Amino acid sequence: MTGAPTAYEPVIGLEIHVQLSTRTKMFCGCELSFGDPPNIHTCPVCLGLPGALPRLNQRAVHFGLMIGLALESEISDRSLFHRKNYFYPDLPKGYQISQYDVPLCRGGRLGDVRIHRVHLEEDAAKLIHVGESGRIHGSDRSIVDFNRSGTPLVEIVTEPDVRSPEHAREWLTLLRATLRRLGVSDVNMAEGSLRCDANVSVRPAGATALGTKTELKNMNSFSYLERGVRTEIERQISLVEAGEEIVQETLHFDPAAGRLTPLRSKEAAHDYRYFPEPDLVPLLATGEMLAAASGELPELPTARAARFEQDLGLPRDRARELAFRGELGDYFERALAAAASPRGPDGAQSLANRVEHDGPAGHGRAAAVETANWIPLLVERIGSDHDPAQSNVPPESFAALVAMVRNNEISRDVARDVLTQLVQAGGDPREIVEREGLGALNSSDDGELIVIVERAIAADADAAEKVRAGNLKAIGPIVGYVMRETRGRADGGEVTRLIRDRIGQTPGQPGA
Amino acid sequence: MLELTGAQAAARVRARELDPRELFDAYRDRAAADELNAFTWVADGPPELAPDAQAPLAGVPVAVKDLFCTEGVPSQAGSRILEGYRPPYTATVVAKLLEAGAPLLAKTNQDEFAMGSSTENSAFGPVLNPWDRARVPGGSSGGSAAAVAAGLAPWAIGTDTGGSIRQPAALCGIVGLKPTYGACSRYGMIAFASSLDQAGPLTRDVTDAALLLRHMVGHDRHDSTSVRFPGPIELPSAEDLRGVRLGVPEELIGGGQDGAGIEPGVRANFEATLRLAEALGASVELCRLPHAPHALSAYYLIAPAEASANLARFDGVRYGLRVDGSRDLESMYMATRSAGFGTEVKRRIMLGTYALSSGYYDAYYGTAQKVRTKIADDFRAVFEQFDFVVTPTSPWTAFELGAKTDDPLAMYLNDFCTVPMPLAGIPAISIPSGLSAGLPVGFQLAGPAFSETRLLDAAYALERTIGFDGSAARR
Repeated sequence: MTGAPTAYEPVIGLEIHVQLSTRTKMFCGCELSFGDPPNIHTCPVCLGLPGALPRLNQRAVHFGLMIGLALESEISDRSLFHRKNYFYPDLPKGYQISQYDVPLCRGGRLGDVRIHRVHLEEDAAKLIHVGESGRIHGSDRSIVDFNRSGTPLVEIVTEPDVRSPEHAREWLTLLRATLRRLGVSDVNMAEGSLRCDANVSVRPAGATALGTKTELKNMNSFSYLERGVRTEIERQISLVEAGEEIVQETLHFDPAAGRLTPLRSKEAAHDYRYFPEPDLVPLLATGEMLAAASGELPELPTARAARFEQDLGLPRDRARELAFRGELGDYFERALAAAASPRGPDGAQSLANRVEHDGPAGHGRAAAVETANWIPLLVERIGSDHDPAQSNVPPESFAALVAMVRNNEISRDVARDVLTQLVQAGGDPREIVEREGLGALNSSDDGELIVIVERAIAADADAAEKVRAGNLKAIGPIVGYVMRETRGRADGGEVTRLIRDRIGQTPGQPGA
Repeated sequence: MLELTGAQAAARVRARELDPRELFDAYRDRAAADELNAFTWVADGPPELAPDAQAPLAGVPVAVKDLFCTEGVPSQAGSRILEGYRPPYTATVVAKLLEAGAPLLAKTNQDEFAMGSSTENSAFGPVLNPWDRARVPGGSSGGSAAAVAAGLAPWAIGTDTGGSIRQPAALCGIVGLKPTYGACSRYGMIAFASSLDQAGPLTRDVTDAALLLRHMVGHDRHDSTSVRFPGPIELPSAEDLRGVRLGVPEELIGGGQDGAGIEPGVRANFEATLRLAEALGASVELCRLPHAPHALSAYYLIAPAEASANLARFDGVRYGLRVDGSRDLESMYMATRSAGFGTEVKRRIMLGTYALSSGYYDAYYGTAQKVRTKIADDFRAVFEQFDFVVTPTSPWTAFELGAKTDDPLAMYLNDFCTVPMPLAGIPAISIPSGLSAGLPVGFQLAGPAFSETRLLDAAYALERTIGFDGSAARR
C-alpha cells in the first residue's frame, strides 16, 4: 500500500466452532460419528421428538473448561444455557441450545490475540441437498442426517485483534495446534470439526473507531480463510475509496470462484429470541471440576515454542513451526531423544541432561538446531499434510541421518538424497550410505579429494588464473567439477577451501 | 367393583378377592363405552404383561393424559398436528407407574398442548362433565378428571402448568394434586411450559393421590430439573388439623376487590370448609401474597414464551402432520402449522414470540420473571407463619360448554387462584368440598416445596370431615 494516499488497517475478529471429540453427544447418549450411514446415531433427544429433554454431557463441560484454562479465560462458576430460536430442517427442536449472556468462559488470550468468550453449544444436523449442484439452489430435494445433531461444540470468539489475512491463518494454526494438544477435538477443517467465521472491517491506519463489519462464512480451510479475508479487505477498501458505504451483511465464501456472495438478508436478519433454557439447570463449575481440567492440561504449543527457543536454542520461527504443528514437535523431540538415547534407556531424560550439561552453547543445542533444520526438508518430501511419524522415516532413522551430517560422515547434498530415498522406501540411512559408497570425502581421508581438486584446477587453468587474480566468482566451475566427480560426497565449503589453498588464494586476502 | 377407590381395589387384589384381569376388563368396557369423550385411545385388549397382584399398584389400571408419550400408543397432546403420532418411547412417570403394577387403560382427552381450562381446545372435541353433560369438565386435564369422576377409570394422571390438574379436579368433584416442581420427571411429557409443567395424580380420594404420587416421584437422569424427593410419600392418616395454621390470602379471595369474581356459591362453600377446618383444630387467618394478583399476567407471558419455543419442533419435517406448501420450505412450515394448531395454541405462540422479541424481552419476559421471583418470595414469607395457604380452587363451578370460548380473558381467570403456585414451584392439592347448585366445588391447599406428605395429611383430615359423595357422577 506504499504510495497510496490513505493506508488502511484491517480489523479482524474470528469466531471458531470446535466439535468436541467426546464419546457421546452434548445432550444425549448417542455416539458421535463421522461418515457412518445416516440417522443411525439418533434418539428422542437429538431428533427433537415430543417430550424429550436434554441432559448435559459432563465430558463436554470438562473439555470446555480445559479450553478455557488453556486460553487463560476467566471461568464462570455459574453459567447458563439459552435457547436460540429459529426454524430450519437441520434444527430438530426449532431452537439451538447455546450459551448467551453468561458463557462458560470470558476473556483470555492465545498468543497475540485476546479471547472475548468461550461457550458451549450443540451442533445442528447435516443437510444433504440431492441434485447435481450439491447446493440448495437447484437441488431436487434435501435430506437430513441427524447423526451430527447434538454434537458438542465449543464456540471461541476472539477480540478484533487480528490485523491481516496471514495473521488470521497463522493464529488459527496456533489455535488448532493448541486444541489438538489438549486432545479435545479432531480439529479437521475439511470434515468440519473446526470451522472458522471472520468478522472483517477496515479503517484508516491509526484510526480508533471501527468500520462497518461484514461476517464471512464457509471458509473451511486455512487457505480459504486467508483468501476469503484478503478478498473481503480488498473489496471493502475499494468501496471506501469509491466513497461507498459498506453494508453490514453475511457473506458466503465460494472457494471455487474465490468470490464472496451475500446470503439472502432473510437468512441473516434473525431475531433469535434468546431466553434461558428451562430444561437445564445452571452449569456450576466446581473447584473439583476446575482441578480436574487443569490437571489434564498438557504443555501447550506457546509454552513448547518458548521452550524450544530458550532451552534448545532454536530460532523463533523454527520453534513455532515445530511447536504449532504438534506432530512435528513430537517428531522432533522423539528424534532428539533417539539421538541421545544410545547411552541411556530414557532418551528424553538424557537429552535434557545433555542440554543442561552442555550449557547454552553446548552440543546438545547445536544438535537440536541441526535436527530442527532438517524437519522442513522431511516435510517437503512427505507432503505438508502428513504426520512424519506415519512416514517411512521413523525418528530414529532421521536422527541417525542428522548425526551423520553433524559428524561430517556425509555431505549435506548426499544427506538430502538419502532422505529422499528413506521417504520413498524406508531403510537404514547408514546402510544406504555404505551400500552406495556415499561416505563423505574429506581432505583428511586418503587424499582422494585432494587428487580430484588438483585435477579440477588443472582442467580449467583460465578460471584458476582469475581466482588467483582475485576474481572469487570464477571459482564456481572448478567447484562444480569436483562435485560432479565426487557425486556430491564432498562438502562444498571444504572443496572451496581446498581449491583456494591449492591456487594460493585465501579468503579475505585478495591478491595475496 | 366400580365403587372401589384405587387403593381399595389394590388391597382387594392383593387379598386375592379381586382378579386384576377382571378389574382391567371391567374398566376397559366402561372406558370403551364412554359418552363423555374423555378418551383419545382405549386399550383394545388386556395389557401385554399380566397384572402383578403383588406389585405395589396391584394391577389397578391407570388412565394417562394424552400428552404423556406412551410407546406405540397414540400420544397427540390433543392436537391435530400430532394426530396418529405413536412415540418410540414412554414418559418416565408412566414407565414408573407401569413398573409399579398399574397397566395403561387409556389416554385421556385434553386441551391442545394443555392450553386451556375447559378441554374445549382439544382437536378431538370437548369433554363433557359427568355431573352435567352440558358443562365443561375444566382443563386442561379434563379427560382425566371426567374419566375418574365418572368411574371410567380408577385413577388417572395429568399435568398442571397453571391449574390444569387442580381446576378440572375441582369442577369434576375429585382430588387433584400438583406436586413440587421437580418432584416428577417431565421426560416424555409433551411440553407446554417447561418451567411450570408438572405431572400429578387425579383420583377419587386423597389416599389414592398419595399412593399414585408415591410411584411417580423421583430423580430421573433424563430430566435435569428433576430431584430426589426428600423422604417417602406417606399415605395420609391425620384425623384432625390440630395446630395447623391455614392462611387465606386476601389478594386471592379478598372481599369485593378480588379480580377473580368468586361465585357466591363457591364463596359460601369455601367459608363453610374453613369452619370445618377450624372445627378440626386448625387456625384460620388472613395472610398476604402482595404480588399474587399479578401472577396471571406473569403466567401469560412466561408460559406462552416457553411454549413458543417448545412448539417450534412441530414443523412437519420429521413426524406428525405435514401439509406441503405451494412453494418452498417456509410455505410448508406455514401450511403445516396453520392447519395443525388450533386457535388458542396459535394465540399463545404469537403472544410468546412477541414477549421474547428483540426490544420487548425486558419489558415482558424479563419483568414477568421478576414478578415470579416476588411471588415465590411472598409464599416463603407466608410459610414462616402458616402451614398452608388455602383458597377456592376455581372461582366458579363447571360452566356451560361454549360459555367462555369467545372470551379468552374470562377463560384465563379460571386460573386466578391456581396460577401462583406453579410460578412459585410449590405443591397444591384440590379436594372436593361440596356442591353448589348441584355442581362440585374444589378447596385448594398449597404448602411449601416438598411438603406433599403434610399437605396430603391435612387434605385427608378435611376430606373425612367433608364426606363428599361423588357417586352421582358414576352412573
